[in-house]
Amino acid sequence: MGRLGHRLRFAGKKLLRMVLLLFGVSAVTFALMAASPLDPLQTNVGQAALGSMSPEQIAQLEAYWGMDVPPLERYLSWLIGALHGDFGTSLLYRQPVLTVIGQRLRSSLWLMLTAWILSGVLGLALGITAGACRDRWPDKLIRGYCFTISSTPAFWLALLLLMIFSVWLGWLPIGLSIPIGMDAASVTLLDRLRHAILPALTLSITGVANIALHTREKTIDVMESDYALFARARGERPLAIAVRHGLWNVALPAITLQFASISEIVGGSVLVEQVFSYPGLGQAAVTAGLGSDLPLLLGITVVTAALVFAGNLAADLLYGAVDPKIRRGAARS
Amino acid sequence: MRTSNRRRSTLSFLLAAAAALAVVTVVGILLTETAMETDFSRTGLPPSLDALFGTDWMGRDMFARTLSGLSLSIRIGLLTAAISAAVALALGIVSAVCGGLVDAAISWCIDLVMGIPHILLVMLISIACGRGFTGVVMGVALSHWTSLARVVRGEVIQLRQAPYILTAQKLGVSRAGIVRRHLLPHLLPQFLTGLVLLFPHAILHEASVTFLGFGLSSERPAIGAILSESMRYLTTGKWWLALFPGLSLVLVVMLFALLGDRLRRLLDPASVHG
Amino acid sequence: MPPILEIRDLSIHFVQYERGFRRRRLPVIRDLSLTIQPGQVVAVVGASGSGKSLLAHGILDLLPYNGQMEGSILYQGEPLSPRRAEQLRGDEIVLIPQGVTYLDPLMKVGDQIRRGRKDPDSRARCTAALQRYGVGPEVEALYPFELSGGMARRVLIASAVVDRPKLIITDEPTPGLDAKAAGRILGHLRELAEEGAGVLLVTHDLELALTIAHRVTVFYAGETIEEAAAQDFSSSAGLRHPFTRALWRAMPQHGFHPLSGAQPYPGTVDTGCPFAGQCSRCRPDCVQTQRIPLRPWRGGAVRCLFPEEEASS
Repeated sequence: MGRLGHRLRFAGKKLLRMVLLLFGVSAVTFALMAASPLDPLQTNVGQAALGSMSPEQIAQLEAYWGMDVPPLERYLSWLIGALHGDFGTSLLYRQPVLTVIGQRLRSSLWLMLTAWILSGVLGLALGITAGACRDRWPDKLIRGYCFTISSTPAFWLALLLLMIFSVWLGWLPIGLSIPIGMDAASVTLLDRLRHAILPALTLSITGVANIALHTREKTIDVMESDYALFARARGERPLAIAVRHGLWNVALPAITLQFASISEIVGGSVLVEQVFSYPGLGQAAVTAGLGSDLPLLLGITVVTAALVFAGNLAADLLYGAVDPKIRRGAARS
Repeated sequence: MRTSNRRRSTLSFLLAAAAALAVVTVVGILLTETAMETDFSRTGLPPSLDALFGTDWMGRDMFARTLSGLSLSIRIGLLTAAISAAVALALGIVSAVCGGLVDAAISWCIDLVMGIPHILLVMLISIACGRGFTGVVMGVALSHWTSLARVVRGEVIQLRQAPYILTAQKLGVSRAGIVRRHLLPHLLPQFLTGLVLLFPHAILHEASVTFLGFGLSSERPAIGAILSESMRYLTTGKWWLALFPGLSLVLVVMLFALLGDRLRRLLDPASVHG
Repeated sequence: MPPILEIRDLSIHFVQYERGFRRRRLPVIRDLSLTIQPGQVVAVVGASGSGKSLLAHGILDLLPYNGQMEGSILYQGEPLSPRRAEQLRGDEIVLIPQGVTYLDPLMKVGDQIRRGRKDPDSRARCTAALQRYGVGPEVEALYPFELSGGMARRVLIASAVVDRPKLIITDEPTPGLDAKAAGRILGHLRELAEEGAGVLLVTHDLELALTIAHRVTVFYAGETIEEAAAQDFSSSAGLRHPFTRALWRAMPQHGFHPLSGAQPYPGTVDTGCPFAGQCSRCRPDCVQTQRIPLRPWRGGAVRCLFPEEEASS
């Protein structure tokens, strides 16, 4: 068994587990939605409108919302479709689920990617600084920031930024004033960018805290390690140690942390997009949830879970590429 | 060199923080009536000595609304954190003690729950329970147990290999007896800290799902609902509707987080130094 | 010429919390004194857990944050302040640590020895230092986890001596090595002393220490109980403290007689002689006397009310 074969087998095992977990996610999501006592007709058509309809019309609507088929049967037919790449049709948007997700994901992806990179880089830098200056003022400042931010709901921070930059200063547009269903073609790139600044900023600010705090812990571990002591005994300065020895040794756990933060960023985007009326995946999830649009919410949950699992997988694989023990160890065995 | 005795000051801080939170909870309950009272003669007032946090478009006093919202948040936080911690404790111990297939199944469930972004999962569970109070409580409670369950599981596995447990097993002490007499006392500090550290997350997620419209109904003065309503009046410059309720929530969450952190430090054997 | 290192009445303690809210000072080293002349190897011998490693860290001003140090350390006749220690460590004063955990696991050996410098001169000196200890240049491209125990130890020595130090502090340089490899490492240390450096050898192994040391300081429960020349150990009669004599008798060539009982932890004995519990010559005074001083005795020093006479034993 060569080195490559070893790595491939490892990746294969992880991939299989990921697929199984995705099945689980879809089943659980479906079960939760199907168990809901909420009547999709009442929420979407309204009590008054329902009252004025004929039984045939109501039966037709019930068929549209899939209320006349037993849940297990519905799930199985969804699953068969999904395996063939058909995630069903969104009941609210009247479009294939994958089309809706594709559109929404494209506008959300920029938001999440910016926030992911910004919070990762900033979090790493702040965490290492704090860890290297343990218990001195930079550490206290950074810890204070992280602590405050992790106690702040993302949506309130979004509201705050909206109040400051859009209402008071008037620098950036108020997301609320842009109609949700605006024609995509009429929106210029600059316009889009201006709308994305505040959501991306909110997501980055909140994302930094967790990564910085964890990186700080790891940096402290490194600074208290035998090899850091030896580096100091050899006359290296604390900051130089943090950079020369800390950076790489912190990079390993940081990779895991960075990819694990995908779940948080997706969660945060749901809230932030809602505040800024940003037409992304998160907003679609809320709309689908409030309107009992089962196929869409199911599709969004499966897709985001796939993102999260793919992140974990990427972290595992990258870890092996960075850690010489795994890299060279596998080469030897 | 003399430094102040850190443990003593930690304990006094713990007591003070707990007392402050208790006061907010009780005062919030007492103010619930006031929080719902409308007075159209004084709508949309900015903060003043008369109305500390201002009033909203129906003339309701924002100070009373905020306090009663905080009280509601704290009570839901306590309830959900307790349920979550109980689930974590049970699953963690079962997973570690039974091992094999049961352990694999529970680990798989943990991975599954962690795979769905928290907010989405809370939304889904809330929908399954028909939203409202039950929805938000179940949603938050059933999505926050995973990390603590892992901690409990790891701790129990470690304890099981401890020499004195192995001896007890050899002496024929029953499984239940070992769990009760040896495992639980050792788990308690870890568990308590985990429980308190769950509060901030629980409170934040409750506010978030309520804000999105999946939680408490908008008639209730919950912080999430208050902030959701405030969004409509932001553009008209009524900043106090969003600022004070949000800020108070942040303070309460911070207090809980500090409480958990200090408790951890007090119970952590490694903190004998310093 | 002043001694390279002179330590007078050095004490190191930690601040700890015990049971609830009481704080206490946990002494790990009490009233240690020693002198190292250029070209001399001085061994500090004590059981594991007697606080020896902290002595090495203390001299370099590398104690953990809750550790505190009292007493005086003179380096080449002048006080070794924390500032001066920081300037000198790595250049004039070097540490040879215990093992491979003192190397960064993610950095290649060569880069660590050179401390990040990449100029040709540094490279040449690094290769030369490794070669001196029989390590080929190919090792420079290895990661620490790829080194064997003996190889790691030689790499650590090489990394310490690239810069011609004047004082070398080594902390347990031999555990885990077979007798031959350990002997080789000690030979390297002796060689460094012969070139004019002072060597402080911290170890638990009296037998190995005696193969290269000029003077020996014996540690018991955090206290210096005897200071002796290496040749004093040639017979039991040359030694001053009952514990040192017990150590001597425990050596394989002297009959392997073990000492019964266990050493108390540092700081657990407040009054009297810490060795009282294991001493066969213990008298009531030994337990009741508040503090037993370290006093000069027959060309060395001893901390005992009734030191061994040359004739006895």
